[in-house]
Amino acid sequence: MAIDIDTARKVAKLARIRVDEADLPKLAGQLSGILGFMEQLNEVDVTGVEPMTSVTPMRLKRRADVVTDGNQQAAVLKNAPDAREGFFAVPKVVE
Amino acid sequence: MLDLTHTAPKPRVIAGAKHDWELVIGMEIHAQVSSNAKLFSGASTSFGAEPNSNVAFVDAAMPGMLPVINEFCVEQAVRTGLGLKAQIHLASAFDRKNYFYPDLPQGYQISQLYHPIVGEGEVLVELSPGVARLVRIERIHLEQDAGKSIHDMDPNLSFVDFNRTGVALMEIVSRPDIRGPEEAAAYVTKLRQILRYLGTCDGNMQNGNLRADVNVSVCRPGQYEKYQATQDFSHLGTRCEIKNMNSMRFIQLAIDFEARRQIAILEDGGSIVQETRLYDPDRNETRSMRSKEEAHDYRYFPDPDLLPLEIEQAWVDHIAATMPELPDAKKARFMSDFGLTDYDANVLTADLESAGFFEAVAKGRDGKQAANWVINELFGRLNKEGRAIVDSPVSSVQLGGILDLIASGEISGKMAKDLFEIIWTEGGNPAEVAAARGMKQVTDTGAIEQAVDEIIAANPEQVEKAKANPKLAGWFVGQVIKATGGMANPATVNALVAAKLGL
Repeated sequence: MAIDIDTARKVAKLARIRVDEADLPKLAGQLSGILGFMEQLNEVDVTGVEPMTSVTPMRLKRRADVVTDGNQQAAVLKNAPDAREGFFAVPKVVE
Repeated sequence: MLDLTHTAPKPRVIAGAKHDWELVIGMEIHAQVSSNAKLFSGASTSFGAEPNSNVAFVDAAMPGMLPVINEFCVEQAVRTGLGLKAQIHLASAFDRKNYFYPDLPQGYQISQLYHPIVGEGEVLVELSPGVARLVRIERIHLEQDAGKSIHDMDPNLSFVDFNRTGVALMEIVSRPDIRGPEEAAAYVTKLRQILRYLGTCDGNMQNGNLRADVNVSVCRPGQYEKYQATQDFSHLGTRCEIKNMNSMRFIQLAIDFEARRQIAILEDGGSIVQETRLYDPDRNETRSMRSKEEAHDYRYFPDPDLLPLEIEQAWVDHIAATMPELPDAKKARFMSDFGLTDYDANVLTADLESAGFFEAVAKGRDGKQAANWVINELFGRLNKEGRAIVDSPVSSVQLGGILDLIASGEISGKMAKDLFEIIWTEGGNPAEVAAARGMKQVTDTGAIEQAVDEIIAANPEQVEKAKANPKLAGWFVGQVIKATGGMANPATVNALVAAKLGL
């Protein structure tokens, strides 16, 4: 699958990564290369093979329904560029 | 066992300028799972806490934090699936739905797009006795709720609280089987009732614990039947999704507005653009959220932090074995065991608390009489004072005690109402209160007979009239009851008056 310049621009926008217009052709080429490499896997016939999700048989770890965390407002807000009255303060989001 | 025979209601038809149109509605209900802790963290789900206090580092998406699933939330989803007679998928998986928004610190929501935990089920939505819509459920999946943004605290800033971030939601997706605004509200009401019976969601719409996205389209009569026969959506109109509704009234108003908007466009030769819209209750209209739409390319992929969720049939069976009696079954039982009317059974099974109260009163007593007292006297009084059944000053034991005094003939219906009033305001054991206040109707025939004789002797003219017209005997009954200070049992008086007058 080849990634064209428009797709590369869209992916960058969705990922909120600023890419200069001049860099898009190179980026599209690199993304195409990655996908092309991965597509080699399609040559393997996996009909009837269960997807493997881990190398050792493991069950999804579960937790009991008990409150064990929280009450750390200061720590949660510590890295925020702006926080007021216990809230994260961000540029106005208008619906 | 259950008599669920019903006929389907007629779809809502809206007359356009040119011809008639029918409505087709599908709903996605987001129901907050009742649990102590969040879906993937150990932070509390409690409502109304200090901002950002119910937040674990997992919820705040701090680097390196990993989600660990809350097993009880999974159990709640399974219980809900069983309650909607749905398939339970022993293997399901979590996916990331990617988008950027300030209330979503991870930059993605963990959801279940490809392999939901619950598959096809159904909800029977009764609209009037014998008329019901069977709404098919397509799927239920588990996902994380987002945080909450507050826009009115500062002119230039939005304030974000992550307390709700990561709380477990069940998204319950229906097929487009709902055919009008009233049906849509009835569907939400029924689903909410079932969830509350199951204890899997508290159904509090005001707090946003139950919200609905409503998909609305319109079509010409006959098209819907073609869709049902083939399940081919091309027979239906293009739909628009109205997001985030949390009021039964607004759901109905929004559907009505949206259908008329679409009809006007179509009759004008235009076409409907599939989009997300928001309902504005102040203006009673829906508006496009196109700005948001554009960014919605969610790039779903399996969440690499979470292994597939595999559950065992034995565990599902264990949950199934502990299911409570659901509304349809309870209603049918109330009707057959207590002889209740359809209406009374609906009222008394609306929520578990009312049903439990009624059943405690009715057990071993006259079911219809118990229903009348609970609905007319108790609910009437509770409504008047704006109180909930759980805050009733009169307990089921006390109300049962009052009914026992009526049944034994010790007090009349009129006295019972007075006694109810006293118990309501002052409390106490009904039998003792009645005795202390001298509330006791006279059933002793000797005493009543004497009163009857006296009144007959004193009113020869009335006697002649009553003999000519037996309907006038009621006058004597009234006089006797008055003479005994309201204590005489009306049935006994009736019989004695009739006998003495030779009627």
